Amino acid sequence: MLPDHTPAALSSEQKQSLINGLATLLPDNILLYKDEDLHPYECDGLSVYRQTPLAVALPETIEQIKAILRYCSDNNLPVVARGAGTGLSGGAYPLADGVLLGLSKFNRILKIDPDARTATVEPGVRNLAISEAVAQHNLFYAPDPSSQIACSIGGNVAENSGGVHCLKYGLTVHNILQLKILTMDGELLTVGSEALDSPGYDLLALMTGSEGLLGIITEITVKLLPKPERVQVLLAAFDNVETAGEAVANIIANGIIPAGLEMMDNPSIRASEDFVHAGYPVDAAAILLCELDGGNEEVSELVMQVRELLLSNGAVEVRTAESDEERARFWAGRKSAFPAVGRISPDYYCMDGTIPRKALGKILAEISRLSEQYQLQVANVFHAGDGNLHPLILYDANNPGELEKAEKFGGEILTRCVEVGGTITGEHGVGIEKLDQMCVQFTAEELEQLHAIKSAFDPQGLLNPGKAVPTLHRCAEFGAMHVHKGELPFPELPRF
Amino acid sequence: MKENDLSQAIQSHIKSALNNKTPLAIEGGNSKSFLGRKINIANKLDLSGHQGVVAYEPTELAITVRSGSKLKDVEELLLKNNQQFAFEPPAFGENATIGGMVAAGLSGPRRPYAGSVRDAVLGVKIINGKGEILEYGGRVMKNVAGYDVSRLMVGAMGTLGVLLEVSFKLQPKPQYSLTLSHTVSAETALKKMLGWRRKNTPVDATTWFDGNLYFRLSSSEQVVANAQKILGGEVINHADNFWSEIKNQQHHFFTQEKNIWRLSLPATLASTDKTAKELIEWDGQQRWLADDIPASEIRQYAEDLSGHATLFRAERSQNEPFHPLPGMLLKLHQQLKAALDPESIFNPGRMYKEL
Ligand SMILES: Cc1cc2nc3c(=O)[nH]c(=O)nc-3n(C[C@H](O)[C@H](O)[C@H](O)COP(=O)(O)OP(=O)(O)OC[C@H]3O[C@@H](n4cnc5c(N)ncnc54)[C@H](O)[C@@H]3O)c2cc1C
Repeated sequence: MLPDHTPAALSSEQKQSLINGLATLLPDNILLYKDEDLHPYECDGLSVYRQTPLAVALPETIEQIKAILRYCSDNNLPVVARGAGTGLSGGAYPLADGVLLGLSKFNRILKIDPDARTATVEPGVRNLAISEAVAQHNLFYAPDPSSQIACSIGGNVAENSGGVHCLKYGLTVHNILQLKILTMDGELLTVGSEALDSPGYDLLALMTGSEGLLGIITEITVKLLPKPERVQVLLAAFDNVETAGEAVANIIANGIIPAGLEMMDNPSIRASEDFVHAGYPVDAAAILLCELDGGNEEVSELVMQVRELLLSNGAVEVRTAESDEERARFWAGRKSAFPAVGRISPDYYCMDGTIPRKALGKILAEISRLSEQYQLQVANVFHAGDGNLHPLILYDANNPGELEKAEKFGGEILTRCVEVGGTITGEHGVGIEKLDQMCVQFTAEELEQLHAIKSAFDPQGLLNPGKAVPTLHRCAEFGAMHVHKGELPFPELPRF
Repeated sequence: MKENDLSQAIQSHIKSALNNKTPLAIEGGNSKSFLGRKINIANKLDLSGHQGVVAYEPTELAITVRSGSKLKDVEELLLKNNQQFAFEPPAFGENATIGGMVAAGLSGPRRPYAGSVRDAVLGVKIINGKGEILEYGGRVMKNVAGYDVSRLMVGAMGTLGVLLEVSFKLQPKPQYSLTLSHTVSAETALKKMLGWRRKNTPVDATTWFDGNLYFRLSSSEQVVANAQKILGGEVINHADNFWSEIKNQQHHFFTQEKNIWRLSLPATLASTDKTAKELIEWDGQQRWLADDIPASEIRQYAEDLSGHATLFRAERSQNEPFHPLPGMLLKLHQQLKAALDPESIFNPGRMYKEL
């Protein structure tokens, strides 16, 4: 998968002159351009795709970012923002003719206001560092991607990241108040406000999940919540994956919104158990982890209710964590599921489709059918309460053609997700990875409108070009387009 | 509720407006005509007939409705299934529609505790300023494919597109609610509310005026009873009516013959210091002032507290209703308006003169 961007053919003299131009604007140690220095920045979490950028800039001040952006605007150089590089869709994949703008040095927590329940931080601050810094006030920042020890809050905003606790507390978009952004021409704008709403259009929502295509996020004010008085986790085992799926739908249908409701299937259970010894029932077809939090009595009541619901919905065993250690152990298995799967397979490909909860059983059956067809194993780990699936397709990149096969399989899963009323990405973003699937989800007019929105922010098209929204040309080539009301899409474009 | 899909007719109306280059005034139930700038546009696009539920599955906690559906009808339907819009939307009239609710983007008493209209929006079907029918977002809880056009529509006062359908996330109705009150000064009330925010309390609505703090507890009966023991206060009967009067502004505070200003502020102890004429909501984050003092003074005051001020109901003032936008931000708004509504046919001037 490659971005929809044709790199400018720069001669080595041109490259050198651009690098020199940039270097004169910045103090030493800010600009990297030697091959060995660029190496660590070749990819993000979608590591099968690698590209060396023209240069990497690691600025330390807003003024430096402004100078870089203005220089790039003047010289028509693309700019790709990078937080911690944990993104799974190639959002921070560098461009050969562009500057990779690393924000890791912006790692300060600027202000904590316990009365307002807010924290103002720089974009390179790690997600978990926020909760750690505010813990002394008995507060926490709710969205908790599994990558939270590493990923940056700037990256979280750019991807609208979710996590285990988003079922109850919402996604990044629900948990931020204000952003400072730099537009491509170096203007600093404040969007949102410290209050709950702000005048004008909801640019805060528009910026969230914009994958670095609309502006560079330089400051974030997040909402904080009081730590729950009590937290309990239930672990339920099922001897059938579909039954587990129905149990999820029934818990929610009964008006209970757990803090987290996660599911793992047998291959994931086994891989995790071998890796962290969480004490999971390794013969179960699926397990559900259900976290309940809140006030003391509230949690007691909920634990009883959910326990009964699980049993009456076919759980063969329900355990309640008896101590904080046991609770941590229950979660350890889930949180390390990706690396655990990484141990049993040379490579895996992580998908991110979302579906209506009621379609869980159906889609899981479909995935196992496709798994047979493609002769590739799948381990399922997911945010079941939200209907957000992460099938991990196991493959070996050393076997010729297997990566392509895994991608095709993944693409089919996403198409099925769209067919049952879902979406191609719940939280990992489109990046370069799902450009083709965007053609399935959206019509030509819808994509054009998205391009027009980008132009309103970035008329030259220099911020992370070729990512997140495919060109119509690419969709025509891809062929599997959205057929809208029986009309052939993109009729004006040549077929290949 | 009537089932009536007028998408085609609405689209034709828009296309002919485009051909004739005549701007359109978009109307739902006209319940919020007082809000925003007065625009004098003869060509009305009436959406109130475009009604019905496109999809509602209570077990998915999600609903998709046509924009002309009456808010009242939709809320009734949800109630039958023991569900609700978490944000407790104000209606300001029997005829309020779902489209108007989203375009105005106003939320009620539960907003600080359960999120706003925009927080609950999952997806939209719109007609843009080229007359194209477009869909963004969806009915699922998480969706990051494409920019968040759905939430961009919320609070845009119809200036970016015509809403045809909106999908929302729903909330189960709380099992039990109880409203209590304390007789306290504004200052003490703010202290109390800020204190509650720091703990796990089942408070899900607060308001203060005329020397009384009112607050609602919602959860199971047992949890509410325990919280009542700790927080104290006098029980208020007919609490549903009470909160409905506040949110729909039928309360006498809002019917004074004065300008009604809405201040949106961070949670702060700062007193708005106009005690007798102030109504506080949302733990101090939404404050209403019934006052004729000059707009510039109120706006400066809100800005000093990192918030903003809206002239919500103007009795005799000719002032701009919405807080002015700084120059560069306004420019970006104009570019965005041009991206979605290039001919500027949707409610031009309703929000800001330049949009
Ligand atoms: C093991 C593992 C588990 C994960 N679990 C989850 C999970 O549970 N939930 C989830 O949602 N994601 C998850 N992810 C994905 C990833 O961690 C998130 O997308 C995260 O938000 C990316 O943050 P980052 O700082 O690494 O961003 P990067 O990967 O550096 O960048 C991501 C995107 O954001 C843009 N960007 C970064 N910073 C800025 C900025 N300051 N301004 C503008 N644009 C910017 C980049 O251009 C790029 O498009 C997981 C990843 C891994 C490897």
